[in-house]
Amino acid sequence: MPLTLQEVQHIAELAKLELTEAEMIHFREQLSAVLDYAAALRAVDTSAIPPTATVLPLRTVLRDDVPQPWLDREALLANAAEVEAGCFKVPAVLD
Amino acid sequence: MSFDDANLELHALTITQVAAKLRAGEITSVELTEAFLRRIEALNPKLNAFLAVTADLALEQAREADRRLKTESAAPLTGIPVAIKDVICVRGVPATAGSKILGGYIPPYHATVVEKLLAAGVVILGKTNTDEFAMGSSTENSAYGTTRNPWDVTRVPGGSSGGSAAAVAAGLALGALGSDTGGSVRQPGALCGVVGLKPSYGRVSRYGLIAFASSLDQIGVFARTAEDAALLLNAIAGHDPNDGTSMPTPVPDYVAELKKDLRGLRVGLPKEYFVGGVNAEVSAAVNAAVKVLESLGAETREVSLPHTDLALSTYYIIAPAEASANLARFDGVRYGPRVDAPAMWDEYRKTRGAGFGPEVKRRIMLGTYALSTGYYDAYYLQAQKVRTLIKGDFDNAFADVDVIACPTSPDTAFKIGEKVDDPLAMYLEDVFTLPGSLAGIAGLSVNCGFDALGLPIGLQLLGPAFSEERLLRVAHQYQQVTEWHKREPKL
Repeated sequence: MPLTLQEVQHIAELAKLELTEAEMIHFREQLSAVLDYAAALRAVDTSAIPPTATVLPLRTVLRDDVPQPWLDREALLANAAEVEAGCFKVPAVLD
Repeated sequence: MSFDDANLELHALTITQVAAKLRAGEITSVELTEAFLRRIEALNPKLNAFLAVTADLALEQAREADRRLKTESAAPLTGIPVAIKDVICVRGVPATAGSKILGGYIPPYHATVVEKLLAAGVVILGKTNTDEFAMGSSTENSAYGTTRNPWDVTRVPGGSSGGSAAAVAAGLALGALGSDTGGSVRQPGALCGVVGLKPSYGRVSRYGLIAFASSLDQIGVFARTAEDAALLLNAIAGHDPNDGTSMPTPVPDYVAELKKDLRGLRVGLPKEYFVGGVNAEVSAAVNAAVKVLESLGAETREVSLPHTDLALSTYYIIAPAEASANLARFDGVRYGPRVDAPAMWDEYRKTRGAGFGPEVKRRIMLGTYALSTGYYDAYYLQAQKVRTLIKGDFDNAFADVDVIACPTSPDTAFKIGEKVDDPLAMYLEDVFTLPGSLAGIAGLSVNCGFDALGLPIGLQLLGPAFSEERLLRVAHQYQQVTEWHKREPKL
């Protein structure tokens, strides 16, 4: 079932992606084709099958809670577009 | 005595051969590095394999290597020039991940693999081209131009690690690092005619690898020979406290394991991989390679991986879902160019809309959809369950055989532009590499011949998790009795 343009718009908003009108029309077609292909998955009976999130036997790995040296603040801020008083600066979050 | 690359043809040698010359004092690492830098300067404009060449840094590392080569502390890779895929961080050297959204980003730290390679004394020549965020099978999705296949520059080198594969094939580096999420080391390895090894998930630290799909990503190596690939894996494998998904499994000496012969090795041929849709020349070359393995004492038998036809769908739900979450961090706040807007959400939308290329946007959209309310169970959770079935196929097969042999890619290198706006056709390129990625097992591609156009063909070897020494050994023994890896592209 093809996606509607409204659905494409909704997904783009969830993903915080500004798309042009042309991109939305194009992606609608291409994403619909991929999702149609992936519809084959739904025919598989997995009622007794657990999901695989990781192939490893490891679960949450914790290190000892001991402070360690890390990069200095200057180095970590060096790539930011805007910095003030040792912090990343962003525009207003609330109106 | 003057040094002349034209006579020595250093670029055509293997790491093992060059290392012997360095140790014997026949050449220095500085001479070697200068020769490679000259070759890159001459050929990279034609291939676009390197996005950045770090000449000053390389020569500094080469001088250090030359000092070390005179001491006891020299390691097998000391003084050897290598290339690093531009999704792996090298401190102080721009990292783009093939994306505009990381334009100008300079990592403040080394990836663990880089830290380890430098400790072994390698010389880093530069950063190689990649599909944007490693999403692609042709390197055409790079924001910095397509890499060209050294065997035919009108064709793609495969992807996403196409820059690294092309660099090794063209003799612009003796070895290289890549990353493989669904086939991104093995497929370009096949299309460029070099060895491409994707270690098992958890074998090599991902710390400092720019994340695409975290349950699948794994750093791998490229080299001319399996022996060279073993040397590189020796240097980078092992547990890393900075990567919670790296395994403490002991690391064998991959080079020492190469010498064991193949008598009694059980090789499985998955019937689902030897079906229609595979180029006849690819099938013929792979079948001939299997005969070579038999002549070395291996026994072949058919195996079945019944859920193979679901792997592509499973992968293209799981990988984009993970990518959509991983790529949420690119918002113009901490790194990369920012498109200014008066309010924060607008700034995010505009920065991301301008910074990401079409394939990355497609996958973020696909992944966001698969994780969104109302579709999570039907797509993402269902894909994770089918992943269990696919992994189970391999567990069952490896109860009967030691390795699986099959084509790496259904075809040889395709023309630039041929599939670039047809996502499904591009995704089908990886139909034989995706299942192993989903299962987290080890995989390797080794050149097993050429088609009528002179394009390389890859034999894929798959083994259980943490069986890299077995795959390297099979490829090494194969290369002892074949000559494909000695052929060079005419450039």
